[in-house]
Amino acid sequence: MRPSAVRLLNIFVPIKRAVDYAVKIRVNPEQTGIDLNVKHSMNPFDEIAVEEAVRIRERLKDAVKSIKVVTIGPPKSAETLRTALAMGADSAIHVEIPESAPAPEPLGVAKTLRALIERQKEGVDVVIMGKQAIDDDAGQTGQMLAGLLGWSQATFASKVVVDPEQKVANVTHLMVRIIHNISSHAVNFQFFEEPRYASLPNIMKAKKKPVEKLTTAELGIDLTPRLETIKVTEPPKRVGGGKVANVDELLAKLKEAGISGKHA
Amino acid sequence: MFRTASRSVRATKLRSKTLVGPSRMFSVSAMRAEEPQLNSLSTFTEEENMFRDSVKRFAVDVVGPKVREMDEKESMDPIIIQGLFEQGLMGIETSAEHGGAEASFTSAIIAIEELAKIDPSVSVMCDVHNTLVNTILRKYGTTEQQDKWLPLLSNSKLGSFCLSEPVSGSDAFALQTRATKDGDHWVINGSKMWITNSYEAEIFLIFANIDPSKGYKGITCFIATRDMGVQIAKKEEKLGIRASSTCTLNFDDLRIPAENIIGGEGKGYKLAIEILNEGRIGIAAQMLGLAQGAFDKAVPYTYQRTQFGQPIGTFQGMQFQIAEAAVELETARLLTYNAARRKEEGRNFTKEAAMAKYWASNVAQRVSGSAIEWCGGVGFTRETGIEKFWRDSKIGAIYEGTSNIQLQTIAKFIQKEYS
Repeated sequence: MRPSAVRLLNIFVPIKRAVDYAVKIRVNPEQTGIDLNVKHSMNPFDEIAVEEAVRIRERLKDAVKSIKVVTIGPPKSAETLRTALAMGADSAIHVEIPESAPAPEPLGVAKTLRALIERQKEGVDVVIMGKQAIDDDAGQTGQMLAGLLGWSQATFASKVVVDPEQKVANVTHLMVRIIHNISSHAVNFQFFEEPRYASLPNIMKAKKKPVEKLTTAELGIDLTPRLETIKVTEPPKRVGGGKVANVDELLAKLKEAGISGKHA
Repeated sequence: MFRTASRSVRATKLRSKTLVGPSRMFSVSAMRAEEPQLNSLSTFTEEENMFRDSVKRFAVDVVGPKVREMDEKESMDPIIIQGLFEQGLMGIETSAEHGGAEASFTSAIIAIEELAKIDPSVSVMCDVHNTLVNTILRKYGTTEQQDKWLPLLSNSKLGSFCLSEPVSGSDAFALQTRATKDGDHWVINGSKMWITNSYEAEIFLIFANIDPSKGYKGITCFIATRDMGVQIAKKEEKLGIRASSTCTLNFDDLRIPAENIIGGEGKGYKLAIEILNEGRIGIAAQMLGLAQGAFDKAVPYTYQRTQFGQPIGTFQGMQFQIAEAAVELETARLLTYNAARRKEEGRNFTKEAAMAKYWASNVAQRVSGSAIEWCGGVGFTRETGIEKFWRDSKIGAIYEGTSNIQLQTIAKFIQKEYS
């Protein structure tokens, strides 16, 4: 009996260039958003996604044919792609939008990703994405993409074990274990694994890895925002609070505030 | 896109290439090739920037948590050494075929600076290994020697540079270690002192004199492995960079094969002088990183700590001190990176390297000292790690050429120019 041909995995990892997690963000003077003149880097959850793709390859070795990273962003986003290439991705796609364009929204991103996935001649078997972007905290794109593609999805994964021969991915959420058909699979990541640092030799090798440039027009996508941001402000400063000397004083203050310990 | 100054200077050399196309195009590109692209020292290649970010993260995440422990125990954690190798930080300029990253000299300087911001002990380990040991092999090793030693140095074996002795520091060429020929081997007798990395190193570059009658022209560079019989004796207990091992080495009839001579018999002095030039820029980078690390730790505290109703960093006296320290940091930075770029451009950089090392070590002392004072009592306790920078900075004025030696070097150049 001939063993069934093992399909080699093509892994697709969308990533986003976002404000660096360590930056102290400030609201801009126009109150339309935050000051973006700060350090940017790869969204930390996306780093984890890239790391997981590379680890899957380390575990499955030749069964992983390609790891492709994608980003939709201004010219500067190319740096983020290079970092992912230095971490171990094979090739990248940069859907370039002008510097002045508004940030794409999850639905627009999902549609773009769908168009890209459908374009891939080799096909895409697994999409691994970060749980949410730390700038908008939307956490929607993966779910929308799976819906648009008609693929199954597993969100908030903490562990993924892929079996190419069985065509199955075993995804562990913190509490529930779900088995998915690998031929159509989008996985949303929240991981506890440390992403690797791009070593210097890998940074130099990343220079030679291919980056395909595309525009939204070529893909037939319209990224016009459907949401209008009316106002952005800082959260109100914390007011009140006082110190009490002992438990009796605490009880007295609680009574004053109308909180009684008596049950109805 | 910006290009580094080094790339633009190379572009000015018109290459004899057959250009296809109308001759008009040829003359335009020739004209453009003559005008160098002028960049500030704030310009780095994309790879250099990525590399800086990567080393910074490694330093903060992996080295950071261990700094205090390593300093208190006066010992380098093997995990850190392993991490340096895994990150490709021990073969920065080495070619890819020898397991290195084939990156620029400035990339090495960037790595040394970023490591020093967190721990100058780890930084000097990386500096000596790259700018002294690796570079000697790359520049003076035969193809066979490079093929044999560079991969080991890139992947797993720490290197050490053994020149100084109890009797010879600044007067390096008064060294007494002797090498006597015995068939196809040399037998080395003597001892070395103040040798960085020696406790953990497996590969040693040893300078010995094969013919004292020739004076310094008998000094020769030998490469040896620890298992050939290199004896590691006393490990020094130091004021600063305590995690960096500094030991006395003894050679008691140490037999080294003749093929382990690097650069040729009697060429050791020339090799040492040239290599220490580059090493100086490395130390300048270490001192720069140290000063910046101290500054980065202390200044945010001054904006949080309030006294008399305001953050202490907003008092004018403090503002002026902080601003002056920032100016000094900038001067050390410019001297260091300019020396590095001059080297990449193929320009003479001896004077600039001496200036950078002398000045950066100077600045490091002052800025790290101020950092302690800005943080008051908190700066004086070992818990925050601010005082460590000040202790670590003192060595900057001493090793790889004392400050007086640097000044002498600079003065010689000036005398030559002006008299």
